[in-house]
Amino acid sequence: MQYTSPIREPLVLQGKTYADVTEDICRQVEAAPNPRWLGAMFLSLLALGWGSYTLYRTWWYGIGEWGLNKTVGWAWDITNFVWWVGIGHAGTLISAILLLFRQKWRTSINRAAEAMTIFAVLCAGSFILMHMGRPWLAHWALPLPNTYGSLWVNFNSPLVWDVFAISTYLTVSIVFWYMGLIPDLATIRERAKNPIARFIYGAMSFAWNGSAKTWARYEMVALVLAGLSTPLVLSVHTIVSFDFATSVIPGWHTTIFPPYFVAGAIFSGFAMVLTLMLITRHVYKLQAYITLEHIESMNKIILLTGSIVGIAYLTEFFIAWYSGVEYESYCFINRAFGPYWWAYWSMMTCNVISPQFFWFRSMRRNIYVTFALSIVVNIGMWFERFVIIVTSLHRDYVPSSWTMFWPTYVDVGDYIFSFGFFFTCFFLFAKFLPVINIAEVKAILKSSSAPSVIEKEEKVKAGVKLTPSYNPKSE
Amino acid sequence: MTKHEETHKFLVGIFNDEDILIGAIKKLQAAGVKLHDAYTPYPVHHLDEYLGFKRSRLSKAAFLFGATGAILAATFQSYVMGIDWPMIIGGKDFIAPPSFVPVTFEFAVLCASLGMVATFLVSNGLLPWKKAVMFDPRSTDDKFVLAINLADNKKIEEAKIVELLKANGAEEVNTKEIKKK
Repeated sequence: MQYTSPIREPLVLQGKTYADVTEDICRQVEAAPNPRWLGAMFLSLLALGWGSYTLYRTWWYGIGEWGLNKTVGWAWDITNFVWWVGIGHAGTLISAILLLFRQKWRTSINRAAEAMTIFAVLCAGSFILMHMGRPWLAHWALPLPNTYGSLWVNFNSPLVWDVFAISTYLTVSIVFWYMGLIPDLATIRERAKNPIARFIYGAMSFAWNGSAKTWARYEMVALVLAGLSTPLVLSVHTIVSFDFATSVIPGWHTTIFPPYFVAGAIFSGFAMVLTLMLITRHVYKLQAYITLEHIESMNKIILLTGSIVGIAYLTEFFIAWYSGVEYESYCFINRAFGPYWWAYWSMMTCNVISPQFFWFRSMRRNIYVTFALSIVVNIGMWFERFVIIVTSLHRDYVPSSWTMFWPTYVDVGDYIFSFGFFFTCFFLFAKFLPVINIAEVKAILKSSSAPSVIEKEEKVKAGVKLTPSYNPKSE
Repeated sequence: MTKHEETHKFLVGIFNDEDILIGAIKKLQAAGVKLHDAYTPYPVHHLDEYLGFKRSRLSKAAFLFGATGAILAATFQSYVMGIDWPMIIGGKDFIAPPSFVPVTFEFAVLCASLGMVATFLVSNGLLPWKKAVMFDPRSTDDKFVLAINLADNKKIEEAKIVELLKANGAEEVNTKEIKKK
């Protein structure tokens, strides 16, 4: 038994019973596709189709199809890579760090957030492959024996560290996510009427039967995985920031980068989780499970990490002046007042100013404001990476090579490709797998639902008519 | 020659709530009934302790897998950079331990998590081609199921166990034949 203080808001509303939880979440998996789902799927396939064309051009003709030039060698590719990896930080953060901190509100959102993480990291990986120009030689980034007398990779290079960090993160995230899915897949298997569905979910659920012995070991695995994933999640964006911080480019050569990147990653990841969960909650009618309390908790994290990012921007600027390095100072003045001023000020407005609205409880609990700001935050975080990468490069030490970077339609198309891929994967997930962790929600039902199951059953037995404990007007 | 398949007969008590289940487990154990296992829709804390299962050693396994990974990665990097093909990079030592920290850490985490999960799945028989042994399909939905193997309880009459189950809150008591392993 666990005790939850009565002043805490319940995490599951509308007096749901265990059977209700199973039914509400399995319904979407078992029902025929919703027309809105079909429409959304069509749009994402359209984006994927257009993106596939530009991706074909990128790979067939090479990265000369992009707007790169000899001064700016990294632009949209690495911007998009860092952006997607950042988004891919929320899922494992929610399921690992919030598990260690015993934050029960994670139970309703961890499944979808972890799925989103996996798809975001795959999108990030696709930009790594694209920017190589010759993706068929991608295995050269691995330390494999080869015919050049075993010419190995350079383990002093942060790009090699990145290969290990991203691939480990992707693998561990998939394993963590799938471990969480096994009990729920068993629930779907036991409900399946169609023999094909029963066979597929049967194979996917690995003969799970929920025995006490298995559950005890399963909980141990979840705890140790959370303990391993916590430093992992922090290490991934740290290592991504090393890609920049270990170089000697003014604007990149900064010791503040690791914590600053990690905070930014959590910031954008939570924003993306909110964007997706608000839509899922609405389309699948999950208001009883993803409550205003959940949304408010996520907004608090956005406010915290957004403010850390804001402090990092100001610190960077201050240190650029205080260090007395003229190249560093110029780089920062050029960011704010040079030809890319609009990107810098978009970043500042979206990332530093907009989350400050969340100091107000009424804003944190307003669904429309939250949805709008969740998109604004991700626009801001995209500009952050663009500003860091492009403005540090486009005016280098030799003024004769100063230039501007402008994207071509292939740059834009490759970005659209990643959106198409991300949303196609997410919609497939939302249709064929349970979007909320059924077992974990049931585990908090008794201590944190309104009214509790026992009370409800007693009332039903006594013939009392149930009234919903939440106020629908507050939605 | 077809082998005669032997089965075990189980009594299956079905409960509506985790606390009623735990109460019944204590009462049945006090009466000397040996319990097989319980099946619940979600992890019920300390249920394994009530049933007398030992603490899992998976965390130790994870540590060993992780340590192996860390040693392998550190050794491999030192061999590649220091012995097999030494190159001067940025004036660093050939074997520059700070440079090896990220890959060593990542590989240790990878080995620990994959190793532990694989151990867990194999040792619990959780494999895609296996068929689940379900005492009651509702135990993945909203029921808490307690299974008692009659072969373990030869000294106690079946009717007595059924009575104990019902007296301690079981909604239903069924029997189920399960093939011997």
